[in-house]
Parts: sequence; C-alpha cells; structure tokens
Amino acid sequence: MRRVYSFAILIVSTGLLLPGCGTSKAEADRETASQELLNVSYDPTRELWKSLNKQFIAEYQKKTGVQLDIKQSHGGSSSQARNVIDGLEADVVTLALWSDTNAIAKAGLINEGWQTRLPNGALPYSSTIVFVVRKGNPKQIKDWTDLVREGVEVITPSAKTSGNGKLSFLAAWGSVVLRDGSEKDATDYVTRLYSHVPVLDSGARAATTTFAQKQIGDVHLTWENEAYFEVREAKGALEIVYPPISIRAEPRVAVVDKNVDRKKTRAAAEAYLRFLYTPEAQEIIAQNYYRPHKPEILRKYSNSFPPIELFTIQKIAVDWDEAERRFFHDGGVFDQIYGFGQK
Amino acid sequence: MHNAKHTSAAQQFGMHRATHRDPKLVQWGLTLAALLTISVLIVIPLVNVFYQAFAGGLPTYWENLVRDSDTLNSILLTLAVAPLAVVANLVFGLAAAWAITRFQFPGRSLLTALIDLPFSVSPVVAGLMLMLLFGLQGYFGPWLQEHNWKIIFSTPGLILATCFVTLPFVARELIPVMEAIGPEEEIAAISLGADGWQMFWRVTLPNIKWGLLYGVILCNARAMGEFGAVYVVSGHITGRTDTMPLRVEKLFQEYNNPGSFAVASLLTLLALVTLIVKVLLERKTRLELAEAARVVHTPGEAS
Repeated sequence: MRRVYSFAILIVSTGLLLPGCGTSKAEADRETASQELLNVSYDPTRELWKSLNKQFIAEYQKKTGVQLDIKQSHGGSSSQARNVIDGLEADVVTLALWSDTNAIAKAGLINEGWQTRLPNGALPYSSTIVFVVRKGNPKQIKDWTDLVREGVEVITPSAKTSGNGKLSFLAAWGSVVLRDGSEKDATDYVTRLYSHVPVLDSGARAATTTFAQKQIGDVHLTWENEAYFEVREAKGALEIVYPPISIRAEPRVAVVDKNVDRKKTRAAAEAYLRFLYTPEAQEIIAQNYYRPHKPEILRKYSNSFPPIELFTIQKIAVDWDEAERRFFHDGGVFDQIYGFGQK
Repeated sequence: MHNAKHTSAAQQFGMHRATHRDPKLVQWGLTLAALLTISVLIVIPLVNVFYQAFAGGLPTYWENLVRDSDTLNSILLTLAVAPLAVVANLVFGLAAAWAITRFQFPGRSLLTALIDLPFSVSPVVAGLMLMLLFGLQGYFGPWLQEHNWKIIFSTPGLILATCFVTLPFVARELIPVMEAIGPEEEIAAISLGADGWQMFWRVTLPNIKWGLLYGVILCNARAMGEFGAVYVVSGHITGRTDTMPLRVEKLFQEYNNPGSFAVASLLTLLALVTLIVKVLLERKTRLELAEAARVVHTPGEAS
C-alpha cells in the first residue's frame, strides 16, 4: 500500500513542479538580457520569416547585446487575427490582408494610424495570386476563364478564414469586372468557379498540401511565393502559370501596441519591423519570391517576377474593409454563391 | 458451479460443430476478408509510418527527433500535458465514480450523463468553449490578463482542453467496477473503526486498482493523441504550444516528410506501448478474478 501512496505523491509532485520549471526559466531569461518576440503571421510565410529572423537576431545582438528569441505562429490570416484579438500575445502581426490587421486595431490592440508609422504604408513587400498546374499543363489553363471549363477542378482555401482564399476570390472577381464584365457577370463567374472547388481548406498551406501532396485538383490558386515553393518541392511535377491579370496583395505589418507595452518589448519589436526595409532584408524577401518594396531590388530579381497586370483593391471596392463586408461577412457575396455552388 | 461447467462445455462443443458445418470456402473467404480489411486499414498504414520515418536511416531519424529543437519541445510538451491531464482526471474520475456509486442524491443521473458529454461533443467545440471563457474577449480573459495569468495559447490551456476531452475515461471505467463490488466491504471497514482515508487506501483502492489503471492508460493514450481541442487553443506558436500531434501536421505542411513521420512514428510507438500494457493488464485482471473466485469457493467446497 505504501507503494501506491508514494506513486501518487510522485505523480502529484511532478505535476506541481513542471509548470514551476517553466516560470523560473522565463525569469532567468529576462535577467540575462534576452527577450522573446512572437510574430503572428499568415500561412505560407514560414520559410520567409525563418530566414529573416536568423538575420535579424544576429544583427540585433551585435547592435544592442540583447539575445532575441523570435517565435512564429502561422495559420489562415483571418483566424490568426481572431486569435490575437482573443489574447494570443503577438508582438508583431504580419498578416495577409489589411482588413485582418485593422480588425486587431479595431479591437483596441493596435493604435490608430499604424499604417503611417512605417515606410510605404507599412508594406515591406507585396505579392499576388497565380496559378499552379500539373506538369505540361494538360488542361491548358492560361486565364481565369479556363478555370470554369468542364472537368477542371480548382484548389484554393476558404475565403472565410484565409488571406489566400480571399485574394483568390477577389482576383477572380476583378478578372471579370476589370475586363468589361458587369457585376452580374462577375457573380455568375465566381458562382461557377466555386462549384469547381472540391475541397475548401482553412489556410494556404493546407490547400498546398491538398494539391501537391494529395494530388487533388487540376489548378491551384495560390500566392506567388507559395507557387514557387510548391513547384520547387514537387521536383518537376508542377509548373506556374501567370494569368494576364491578378490582384495586388498587400500584406502589411504592425506592432501590436497593447502587447508590446505590457511585455516591455516595444524597442525590439519596432526594430524588427524597421529591419524589413533594409537592403539585406529586402534581398531575403526577394529570394523567397515576395515582391520587395525597394525598386532597385525588385529590378535585380526581375527574373523571378514576370510582368503581370496587378490591380489594387481600390479598383473593385472602396477599400479592404468595404470588400470584407461586402464579399466575406456572413450573408455576403461569398456566402450566397458558395451556398449555391454546393447545391 | 458443477452445472455451470457442464453447460459451458456443451456450448463449446456446439460451437465447434457449427464451425465444422461451414463449407471451407466460407471459412477461408471470411478469414481472408478479415485479414484483408485489417491489413489495408491498419497494418499497411502503420508499417508505412515507420517505413517513411526510417527511410533516411536510423541516424537521420534520431536527428529529426532531437536535433530539431521545436520537435523536441513538442515531445516534452506532450509528455508534460498528458500526465497532468491524466492526474486531474484520475482525481475527478475517482471522486465522481465514488459519488455516483455510493450515494443517492438529486442530480445523480444528470452527473452520470454529463460525464459522458465530452465523448459526444466535438473536440473543436470544446476548444472554442475554452476560448469563449478564457480568451481576451471571453468572461475571464481581461481579469486573467490583468493578473498576468496565461491560460489560452499557453500550456494551461492545452492541459484544460486535454482534460475536457479525456474526462470520461477514468470515471467510465470505475463506475461499473465499483457498482459490481458494492459498498459492503467499505461499510464493514467503517464499522470496525476505520476512518475515511484508511477505508479508501486499504479497502476501496485495492479493489478497484486494475480498473483504475486501465482507465488511466486509456485516458493517457487519448490525451497524447488529442488534436482538435488543442489545435484551437494552441495559437500555433512553434516551439511553445505545439504538442506532438500538432507538430506532425506542421512538419507535414512544411514538406518535411521525414520529420513529420518521425514524430508520427513516436506517437504510434507510444500507442503500441499503451496497447501492450492494456493487454497485460487485462490478463492480470482475469487472473485475479479467477483467483478471487477460487478463494471464495474453496471454503464452500471444504464444508
């Protein structure tokens, strides 16, 4: 019986000790001039931030002596924003859409005017949505109109939770209304488009897995950077197709004021985001197939970025907020057409 | 006793005859179908997990597990979260089974039903419920933040979510055992002057120990494999809130198949160990029951 007793004591004491270890370690960290930053980002930026973080951590330590530990969190852009609003303690957010960052600002976590605090409207790089098809493009998919042909299956994540999903939708919409189609034509087109989507994943990377690893679908509408990544990993089984027109994606970055003030990490967080505009960070950005903000670096890597007509959100809506309300809120255009698409 | 032996022997004999009557084709066909189903659904995927994990050789496998600090962190996290959830459910399960089997009180059947609730609620919903309670927009979130307590998006949230999902296991195992044993021995202990704790440690616990251990093992297996509820409350912070199942998904999405399958194989291995312990326990319980039956019957036969 004594044995049972001591076993019970052992279990309980382990339980009490384990969380204790965690706190004491965190406290020790603070003493040795080290800090932790949490970067909450959207789905396909994992590899980009891994290389950026490595560079920045080394640089910051050289400059200030502070050893940084940068943690990353990735997922569908809107669900990530939701997590930050629900208390995920992000020091910086680097989300896919202006409206996602702005939702956090509206919840009172980011101060007003966040867009003017960093160069180029807090936009260190831009991107767009392109097509990825199977080798040799067997279904001859070249333009948006080819996506709704008989027998073509389209993979793209949900426009409810994912930046990739929203941008795919908006690019599809714009491809109609900016080429002399009416709004009714656009609605018809996206309705047909989403009836060609067999699986709606919640984030960009999950959709990539569906298309590239599970081999479902004929064409994948995805971020330009994700397309390069996907094609490289597929080792010749996939190729990129640039449609003649697509949307200009603007993944802006912001410091989460409420969190950095509470965690006393403002200096590091601000330096982190300013670092993105330095030439070396811009190079890393271009090497990861995001279109850098600095024109000279964009030119240097022009081989990776073929010319394509990119339209801004203002061409099809007043701003991101209006687009969000009109297309993606409950009962919005996406709900209406996806409902029909399913029936 | 004698009679019972007789009937069971007759039944066995009858069953034997029944199998002999089946044509060979049916016998082989059924066996083949069963084997085929098991190999397609279980054996082949299982072997494939290990094959993929070890595709790069043992050293690579080992490196995938321990060199990647985020993976190592996820293993340690799971090894911390699962036992803590199990301990919480051990205490709760004992208390609940005790209350339900030893007392009559209003709401008793409601409690029994509530214990089963986590079996039927989707784990994702469980995670969202926690979010609505402890998230910054939830009821307790602002207060928790003011006092610098983290629940959601950190280890306590993972433990809570795991607890919720595994809540029924211990209680479910104990209730039938305690009902079958009945309160007589405990009443006897009390009437002989034992206090509550003495009765628990010397009478109740020895009686239920195998059922309890069985519940704990099932609970632990489920706790280590939990995905849905912890996915919602984890916040996906790499190297901080990724448990092993979450890490498997993340590595897979990052095209790191060897890494992903290495973690998956480790999870599978833990499941296999659980299975073996479970089988051993079942054998042990059977032996003990037989032993108990012999002890009970020997004096009767002697007189």
